Amino acid sequence: MPQIEQLAATYSSQIFWLLLIFGLVFFVIGKGMVPKVMDTVSLRDKQISDDLAAAEAARNKADAEEAAWRERENANRAEAQALVAKAKAEAAASTEKKLAAAQTGIDAKLAEAEARIADARASAAAEIEEVASEAAADIVKRLAGIEVSAAEARPAVKEAM
Amino acid sequence: MATEAKVDPMHQFTIQPMFGTDQLELLGYNIAITNSTVWMAISAIALWVFVAGGMKRQLVPGRWQMAVESFTGLIDDMLEANIGKNGRKYVPYIFSLFMFILFGNVLGLLPLGVIGLHPFTFTSHFTVTGILAIISFGIVLIVGFAKHKLHFFSLFVPHGTPVPMIPIIFVVEMISFMVRPFSLGLRLFVAMMAGHVLLEVLSSFVIGSSNAGMQYFAIAGIPSFLLMVGICALEILVAGIQAYVFALLTSVYLNDAENLH
Repeated sequence: MPQIEQLAATYSSQIFWLLLIFGLVFFVIGKGMVPKVMDTVSLRDKQISDDLAAAEAARNKADAEEAAWRERENANRAEAQALVAKAKAEAAASTEKKLAAAQTGIDAKLAEAEARIADARASAAAEIEEVASEAAADIVKRLAGIEVSAAEARPAVKEAM
Repeated sequence: MATEAKVDPMHQFTIQPMFGTDQLELLGYNIAITNSTVWMAISAIALWVFVAGGMKRQLVPGRWQMAVESFTGLIDDMLEANIGKNGRKYVPYIFSLFMFILFGNVLGLLPLGVIGLHPFTFTSHFTVTGILAIISFGIVLIVGFAKHKLHFFSLFVPHGTPVPMIPIIFVVEMISFMVRPFSLGLRLFVAMMAGHVLLEVLSSFVIGSSNAGMQYFAIAGIPSFLLMVGICALEILVAGIQAYVFALLTSVYLNDAENLH
């Protein structure tokens, strides 16, 4: 086994070069380069977690803004509805008032018209009596040759009517 | 090789000085640049290239960056699961350890023999795995004593131990603690060596039976070859698992040092 046979002759060279080369590996690669590689990794991890946190914060902010907007919107809607309701009530009241005024006007006109009609009817009836009396007197004169005044014929006409 | 079908399965672990540096010395110790050194360097450079490709630092990672980040993430998660938040400071060490062993294991498996190169798995030498285990164990001791001072010895007395049992339990726990660097280092070394020896032995069956004649090749060579294909896949798995186990056990031991029981 060369490992044992050559031990005495080669141990110093093996140990010397191992320590030198492994030392170089440790100081140049292990101490010099590996921390930079690991920094890159942790930097990336940090950036990812920061980005995630920023995204989370942005989402929360958007949610809060949406909630605020919703609240404002609800308030505006309620206000608008109140305004509409008030306008509706006002309009209804004024319409009712106008309607009532119009109704009274119409009633008065109706009563007046009715009175006028009654008058007209009465005067018409009187006129018809008059005309009928005159006509009756005229008819009597023509048929019987008797002179009858309209006033005389009137009771007869009245009776006949 | 074809004349004498003698394949030495252990030859692949031989350390050979390269570039004529076999007499290179430092303070009287030989520090020859060997094939082992070269493969350690290749692993380190490949690892550097791999990690450098993942340093684009893009917000949306490409495939390469994703691959590097998943390895650092694997180590990070493992340390966090075993040690907790305090474990993050060990990521550079555990990552270096895991990736260096992983690249060494996998590069040692490359079938470079077909183009005439000889891959060498430095993790199949207990000199190498032992040093790595001792470094891990040393860090555990330093962290443990720095953080808990002499309270660290309470690690050897589990909660709820009856008072008369404490001396015995202390000794048993102490032994199991001191065995850790050996088990850590030997596990990797044995797993890597066993796999490579098995592949080499099976390949010697294929070559030997084909030299002996068609009927032997049909009986022994083809099944051995099919087995080799399966074991190659298994070895790639083992290369990953052993690197992971080394890193995982180191982090489990570090947890003892960080949090006691």
